[in-house]
Amino acid sequence: MPRYLIRRLGQALLVMAGVVALTFVITRMVPGDPAVAYAGPKATPEQLAEVRERFGLDEPLWVQLGAYVTDLLSGDWQTSLHTRRPVLEDLYHAFPASLELVGAGLVIAVVTGIPVGVLAARFKGRLPDFSVRLTSMLAVSLPVFWLALALQTVFASHLGWFPVAGEYDSALDTTSPLTLWTNITLVDALITGNWPIFTSTLSHLVLPALVVAAYPAGVIAQMVRATLIEEASQDHARMERALGFRETTILTRFALRPALNPVLSLIALVFAYAIVNGFLVEAVFNWPGLGRYAVNAISHSDTPAVAGVTLLVALVYVLANLVVDLLQGVVDPRARAR
Amino acid sequence: MIEVRDLRVSYGGRTVARVPELDVAPGECVAIVGESGSGKSTTLLSLLGLTEGAEVSGRIRVAGVDVTAASPAELRAIRGARVALVMQSPQAALSPTTRLGTLMRRALKLHRVGDAERVMTEAVRAVMLDPAILRRYPHEISGGQAQRFAIALAVALGAEAILADEPTSALDVTVQAEVAAVLRGLCAERGLALLLVSHDLALVSTIADRVLVMRDGEVVESGPAARVLAEPAHPYTRELLEALP
Amino acid sequence: MSTPAEAAPLRRTLPRVTDRFALAGAVLIALIALAALLAPWIAPYPPDEVNPFDSLRAPDGAHWFGTDAAGRDVFSRVLYGGRTSLFIAVTVLAVSATAGVLLGVVAGYAGGWVRDVIMRVTDVFLAFPALLLSVALAVVLRPSVTTVIVAIAVTWWPWYARLSASMAASIATRPYVDAARCLGVPAHMIILRHVLPNSLTPVLVQVSLDAGGVILTAAALSYLGLGAQEPTAEWGLMVEQGQTLFTTNWWVVTFPGLAILLTAFAFNVLGEGLRNALDPRRIVT
Repeated sequence: MPRYLIRRLGQALLVMAGVVALTFVITRMVPGDPAVAYAGPKATPEQLAEVRERFGLDEPLWVQLGAYVTDLLSGDWQTSLHTRRPVLEDLYHAFPASLELVGAGLVIAVVTGIPVGVLAARFKGRLPDFSVRLTSMLAVSLPVFWLALALQTVFASHLGWFPVAGEYDSALDTTSPLTLWTNITLVDALITGNWPIFTSTLSHLVLPALVVAAYPAGVIAQMVRATLIEEASQDHARMERALGFRETTILTRFALRPALNPVLSLIALVFAYAIVNGFLVEAVFNWPGLGRYAVNAISHSDTPAVAGVTLLVALVYVLANLVVDLLQGVVDPRARAR
Repeated sequence: MIEVRDLRVSYGGRTVARVPELDVAPGECVAIVGESGSGKSTTLLSLLGLTEGAEVSGRIRVAGVDVTAASPAELRAIRGARVALVMQSPQAALSPTTRLGTLMRRALKLHRVGDAERVMTEAVRAVMLDPAILRRYPHEISGGQAQRFAIALAVALGAEAILADEPTSALDVTVQAEVAAVLRGLCAERGLALLLVSHDLALVSTIADRVLVMRDGEVVESGPAARVLAEPAHPYTRELLEALP
Repeated sequence: MSTPAEAAPLRRTLPRVTDRFALAGAVLIALIALAALLAPWIAPYPPDEVNPFDSLRAPDGAHWFGTDAAGRDVFSRVLYGGRTSLFIAVTVLAVSATAGVLLGVVAGYAGGWVRDVIMRVTDVFLAFPALLLSVALAVVLRPSVTTVIVAIAVTWWPWYARLSASMAASIATRPYVDAARCLGVPAHMIILRHVLPNSLTPVLVQVSLDAGGVILTAAALSYLGLGAQEPTAEWGLMVEQGQTLFTTNWWVVTFPGLAILLTAFAFNVLGEGLRNALDPRRIVT
């Protein structure tokens, strides 16, 4: 197992290096003068010259890349053109909220997707199966920003069941201030027993998390269904039937565990979609995470900020994949033997 | 124990197996022999209602239950606990992510067999396996061990009959004899009814009391094993015997 | 020269596409494509005809989908938006599939360090969640339909490279390929006449599965302001323009959104159906 670990770690590091290089290349791809990306479209010629000097934009690309990497490692992720703060600082503040949203969305997706997939497999060919297939197809075809707008308009603006935007009622900052531990509002509120903020955050989280969960839930349901159907046609399923087990038991107690392996890899893939969909959802619901930060940056052509978000998310994604790979060794004992 | 009259199994209108008469009494070992596609496995599986998607007609009484008319719950009650199945590829028949002991324990719980630990240890010993094997996963044991474990399941659940579908075909020659011995022992010592399906006539000659020969879904000959194998009446049976090395 | 059956060659299996899903999807797409192509003839109004006095009319007999803030007919704009979206989807897939398959086939057939390098490069591209890379690229380049095409194509090619690399690698070990090599057939000929045609079926399935995703991504990019600009009619852009009016004038956002949903859905259904029909093992249904 350690050898496998080292090999995967090495791979991950290599990919991360490539990610940094690619992000660097993109920031230099501005048509025309690359200095515009750092000074902003409204910069004066003097400001542009200054930027060119500071970032060594006249130097050969190797040198620039080297400087870029050194900067990153020493914590200098440039300054946002819009907020005028160091990008890394902005990211640090925005990250936990995104984690909260994506986490909630994925939890909902897994908790709904797996049972629904089991249901479809159990009643394969009949109405429950057909409905599940249709719904999950739809879930996967929804434009996220549109779904977000629709849910917000119907359930928040019109029916008033949920709040329209934000992470929690900001009035609570004065009446019931939150002590920060993990920086994740929901978690911190829970561990410090701050119920007003906890419930407020929860109610604000419902709609956005549902939107984020839609796509992953659909994908997971389809995958679980397909894998279970295949498992149920295996020899060991017949043996379990011959032992007198019910069909549902065969699917959930015996077939589900080997089926979880591909589902786990799927979650890693779907994580990427969840993050990205989360961005659009954050924009609509004014959720204080990376997405809202990125969308604001986009509308202001704030390249350093966008580059920073891209880099951070890509690195997190590589790490997430690594974790999932290692988890697979735990879920399926056959993988350990590999 | 097992009583079959006018059994007919068809898939989509095409008759795959037709058996006019088949009886297995407790302590008896009956074998169905034939080549691939003769319908012998289908016949076996139909006795427990395990032929998915097939139309089964006829009178099948197994452990006192009329299989063709039984409800799903009634069928589940006799499966494993009264009549057990042993399959051809032993390791494929066991859930790869479940420890052997866990599988047995769950099956015992399902059929409400008390004193699980003792029953499990006894059953495993009865097939000449070490109880330590219960902690293993299917991919960690050999084919012969897996097959004996499948038989142990039957013993643990207190099955009165075993349906064995090509139990030795996927095993090495030396291991085949061990498994055959276990089956024979159960038949003789515990009075289990054994219905065996095999294309291995040599194996059949050592265990079976009676033999049915099937070809293309039809029974061409049946009778006491000694007579059928020594003086076959049907030309096809003769062909099969001649093909033996 | 016989074709192996391992990947269900297209010629032999097209007639077998009887899965209801695939059929429904294909019909739906044909309808959508037809509507988009015939837009200039069937649209009741020009998509950019501004009519300040007719602005924000609810759907009625004259304007089936109502009008937007500038008084433009939403139905016509949705039709024209279809042209933009389908154009983007077709171009993106053509470019990324071609580039990806070529690179992948070379990687799979050549093996060794060539394969390793190309695979590492795809790893790096695939490390970015799809939309994110497109967004980063689109921010840097000037917003336009071309930018969207480039931005998405850049993120999509690695999937095709990976897919065709593994197909090519397995085909490269087939006996008839060895035979061709022994006979002195040059590598590029082998790739063109043996490896490439047999790697195509999964690629085609993937393309139909991806089309929906491309449509959604393009719409998202336009929603963020990085794609088509005023006055072009594009579904994502239309949603963005109308979002503040959702509560009062629901039709401005709803119809473009439904169009995106329907188109992506149709492609996904077709893709699923194709995958089921062409899968040699036919696991599902």
